[in-house]
Amino acid sequence: MELIYLAIPLAALIGSMIAGFLGEKIGRKGAHTATLAGVGIAFLLSVTVFVHIALGGNTYNGSVYTWMEVEGVKFEIGFLIDNLTSMMMVVVTFVSLMVHIYTIGYMSDDEHNWPKTSKAGHNSYQRFFSYISLFTFSMLMLVMSNNFMQLFFGWEAVGLVSYLLIGFWSTRDTAIFANMKAFLVNRVGDFGFLLGIAAIFAYTGSLDYKEVFAKLPEIADITVTLIPGQEWSLMTVTAILLFIGAMGKSAQVPLHVWLPDSMEGPTPISALIHAATMVTAGIFMVSRMSPIFELSDTALNFVLVIGATTAFFMGLIGIVQNDIKRVVAYSTLSQLGYMTVALGASAYSAGVFHLMTHAFFKALLFLAAGSVIIAMHHEQDIRKMGGLKKYMPITYWTSLIGSLALIGFPFFSGFFSKDMIIEAVHHSELGAASYAYVMVLLGVFVTAFYSFRMFFLVFHGEERMDDHTKAHLKESPKVVTIPLIALAIPSVLAGYFVYPMVVGDFFSGVIHVGDSHQAIATLKEGYHGIFGFVLHGIMQPPFWLAMAGLGSAWYIYLKNQSIAEFFYNKFHWLYTLLDKKYYADDFNQKVFAGGALALGKGLFKAGDRFVIDTVVVNGSAKLVGWFSGVIRKLQTGYLYHYAFAMIIGVLFIVSWLVFGVKHV
Amino acid sequence: MFDGYLLSVLVWLPIIGGIIVLFSPEKRVARPLALVVSVLTLLLSLFLWTGFNAEGYAMQFVELAPWIEPFKINYHLGVDGISMPLILLNTFTTVLIVVAGWEVIQKKPGHYMAAFLIMEGIINGVFAAQDAMLFYVFFEAMLIPMFIVIGVWGGDNRVYATMKFFLYTFFGSVFMLISLIYMYSQGGSFAIADLHELKLGMTPQILIFLSFLIAFGVKVPMWPVHTWLPDAHVQAPTGGSVVLAAIMLKIGGYGFLRFSLPMVPDAAQELAWLVIFMSLVAVVYIGFIALVQTDMKKLVAYSSIAHMGFVTLGFFLIYPIVANNGGDTNGSALAIQGGMVQMVSHGFISGAMFLSIGVLYDRMHTREISAYGGVVNRMPIFGAFFILFAMANTGLPGTSGFVGEFMVILASFKANFWIAFLAATTLIVGAAYTLWLVKRVILGDIANENVGALNDLNRREFFMMAVLAIAVIVLGLWPDPLTHVMSDTIDHIIQQATTSKLLLP
Repeated sequence: MELIYLAIPLAALIGSMIAGFLGEKIGRKGAHTATLAGVGIAFLLSVTVFVHIALGGNTYNGSVYTWMEVEGVKFEIGFLIDNLTSMMMVVVTFVSLMVHIYTIGYMSDDEHNWPKTSKAGHNSYQRFFSYISLFTFSMLMLVMSNNFMQLFFGWEAVGLVSYLLIGFWSTRDTAIFANMKAFLVNRVGDFGFLLGIAAIFAYTGSLDYKEVFAKLPEIADITVTLIPGQEWSLMTVTAILLFIGAMGKSAQVPLHVWLPDSMEGPTPISALIHAATMVTAGIFMVSRMSPIFELSDTALNFVLVIGATTAFFMGLIGIVQNDIKRVVAYSTLSQLGYMTVALGASAYSAGVFHLMTHAFFKALLFLAAGSVIIAMHHEQDIRKMGGLKKYMPITYWTSLIGSLALIGFPFFSGFFSKDMIIEAVHHSELGAASYAYVMVLLGVFVTAFYSFRMFFLVFHGEERMDDHTKAHLKESPKVVTIPLIALAIPSVLAGYFVYPMVVGDFFSGVIHVGDSHQAIATLKEGYHGIFGFVLHGIMQPPFWLAMAGLGSAWYIYLKNQSIAEFFYNKFHWLYTLLDKKYYADDFNQKVFAGGALALGKGLFKAGDRFVIDTVVVNGSAKLVGWFSGVIRKLQTGYLYHYAFAMIIGVLFIVSWLVFGVKHV
Repeated sequence: MFDGYLLSVLVWLPIIGGIIVLFSPEKRVARPLALVVSVLTLLLSLFLWTGFNAEGYAMQFVELAPWIEPFKINYHLGVDGISMPLILLNTFTTVLIVVAGWEVIQKKPGHYMAAFLIMEGIINGVFAAQDAMLFYVFFEAMLIPMFIVIGVWGGDNRVYATMKFFLYTFFGSVFMLISLIYMYSQGGSFAIADLHELKLGMTPQILIFLSFLIAFGVKVPMWPVHTWLPDAHVQAPTGGSVVLAAIMLKIGGYGFLRFSLPMVPDAAQELAWLVIFMSLVAVVYIGFIALVQTDMKKLVAYSSIAHMGFVTLGFFLIYPIVANNGGDTNGSALAIQGGMVQMVSHGFISGAMFLSIGVLYDRMHTREISAYGGVVNRMPIFGAFFILFAMANTGLPGTSGFVGEFMVILASFKANFWIAFLAATTLIVGAAYTLWLVKRVILGDIANENVGALNDLNRREFFMMAVLAIAVIVLGLWPDPLTHVMSDTIDHIIQQATTSKLLLP
């Protein structure tokens, strides 16, 4: 099995290298064949591994090679393959495979996206495939890691590929602004993450998960003093630092600002990276670190507040967006908030479960949005769409499935995963749980509203596109629709894994929940089969809130448009606030970006230029002038003159000083 | 091969080769000859690696002969785990410089190459010298070829830059000379090993420490004696910048390990806070200054200063770590090794960055960032390399830039949370100035017709970029071979640095 584990990421990496380095020679077909083969192999092997590990009840923890050994501590590259890992591997490789197939269709006319003069546009198709395979490799290394260092490797590597892909169309100013922004905001998160890792290393002397977790009981009660007079629990500090990393990667408030902008990248990667996999790395990481987070209620409360705030307030912004991809992006933010809330409520398994179902239906929604974008000739404004149902039946039905899953309609996957989260928060006894509960409940209404607002505006109602676009409307090719169908299936069915994943023992031994956090245990007791769960769910507020959201969207956007206008006029301040995204971007741009530049300029002028150079260095300008006068005369141009003069000089000084000292 | 005098060969082969190149009449002869000498030196230096015994800290490949007997100054060479990798870095870099200057230098190319070969030999001497006076002679002599390189092949304002460079560094080393002579007057020997054993009172230790701090701090360079570096870089030809960044700065860091920590440990302990403070200022303050530079070379020069801050930080973390952990040195080897790895890595990355800027400068004859934009559209291969090196500069895992910073940050947490906090800000600030540079120069649409006329890398340029790219990635994916050879030596330095040698009155 060990070779298989290694072969899974390497298959993706080799595919990426073939497409990247040999793209020119092997052409488009060669590139997508190579990467598809790589990811296909990775997927099949991941399934094998899943069968062996998850169904066979095995766990693997081993090293591949020693990266470095210092002071007897081994920093290793190695794999930990357990139920959580093997599930993630299947999800990542499956979605990646679908996205690879889809990309063949989506990027087929990519040369139109580049100016003719650009050589970078020459092999862009091959390069794109190389990047998404490289991403798959990085993501696999992240989830398969058995230690913090490799986790950080994968963590930053997916960030790199995200950077490359958001800025893929590098001649567009918005794209290269967005990718830099994404990288920098993620670096803010990584800053915390790395400090968290350093804290773990400082107190456990290891970065290996197993060794670290084994040492936790010894260090659980340590307090640290960071500011004189303030004592904090080490576990709280560590957990919050680690979570800051998750906030960057999983786009939690206030580090969420990069994700909407990341939509500048081509749609396939929005689906793969910015919806299904990379952005969930934070959720995965916190679940992996559950033994640490369980030791600090303060940290869990913090997680709850951040997650709940993201879940509700980002969803609200989704309502006022008109760009089809941005609606889905805000929806992703909001759903990531739900997963984070689950983590805060110690319902890690529910969070991971939602991660999985979300990966399927959100990838589906993004790819469907991409399919619409292809049909609309790269028009992304939903106000210029409408009535697409009859032109694009496959896209329509798969979108419907995705949307129903997203809003948590009974029997669709999202119903199970989201209900579990809401119930878990309901049962959580942490201080922030009541706030979180209200937020996630309201979020359900918002989710249903913006999802179906978009759905109705795109697929139903009057056809608002121009005649030229209308004349060319047609369903997308098979390479696009097949992945849609393939993703629609788990979008419905994945929910039925609620047993064993959440209410069963699937994650026992992997995810650790402390005795005082009983939310999931309570849910387990109350669980009596799928149908009982659905029946119970239909009688709960989330279901009715979702129906209310769906119904309002239907009424407002299909039946009575004047209501939308009424609200727009009456609550214009609210609209502006949402449209400006709570002014988060303006704030960052002015305060952080502007502040950093002003600080840099100030330091440069006042510190380097004035104090050091003008006052100190040029203060001795006369000396310099005298020196240069002397040295200029000595510039004979012969090297040995200098060398000779120097040695004589040194010897002279040496003898003078030595004798001088001895005489004294 | 060359048993017993390999180090002498590594010192004198390039110097003598350089002198022959200097007097070679034509560039047809001079250039290939320079290449042969540099490659031969590189190959011979590999015997240092293969023949090196990583067990123990004893000097290896030792050569000892009397030189100036009245003062007991010896021609004494030897290497251990910290000097051997730096010699290899030097011989490696010199080959790249010869290749980089091949077609570019039209004005007296033979003399140009000769200067670098001679510099290579002298710098090998600096790293190999085991006699303090011999070290000093090499240390000073190294300035001469660099002075000439900037003064002859430099930019318009080269006179100012050479003066600043020379005065700064000369100013620094004079104090070191006085200290060495003082120690000689106390112990009667210039042998570095003897100076390591010499007991001194606290006041002399402090003064000696400060004199070393000036000498090596200027070289590194540390804030606030860093302002010569951006000027020197801007005026220096590409090769000069590469040697400056990749090798010469390392001599400062090396000096701290070879002289300051083992010779005056009590003063080092006393003043470690000062060095750590200066290092953190370099990391944070210089990072912000790099952000607002409009000249590419200045930006990378400031970035160098910030990255070298990790080196000095790592070297002196030992004292707060010991203080914070009740005398336990655990963690300080990680810090010092991190500083060493950072030095080697910075050699690759800064070398690559300056070569990249050279590639652009050769085509456009400007280093102003605003003159560029959308280079990748005309030079996709170059653009890929540039982004790789930029990412390495931001410390991306998988590249060498990550390793040293990671080690130092991990270790600094053991010393003090806030040291780790300030050091880790480089993750954000370093990424900001580097990626903004990438955005403005490499990405975007073609900014003007000059950029529109650019041609991608030729084979010579591709070669040097590819070699550095491989070095950056290999060291990033597997630093163990490097940390392994230096491990025992550094343990020994830690032991020296934590053992008081105070001369009680």
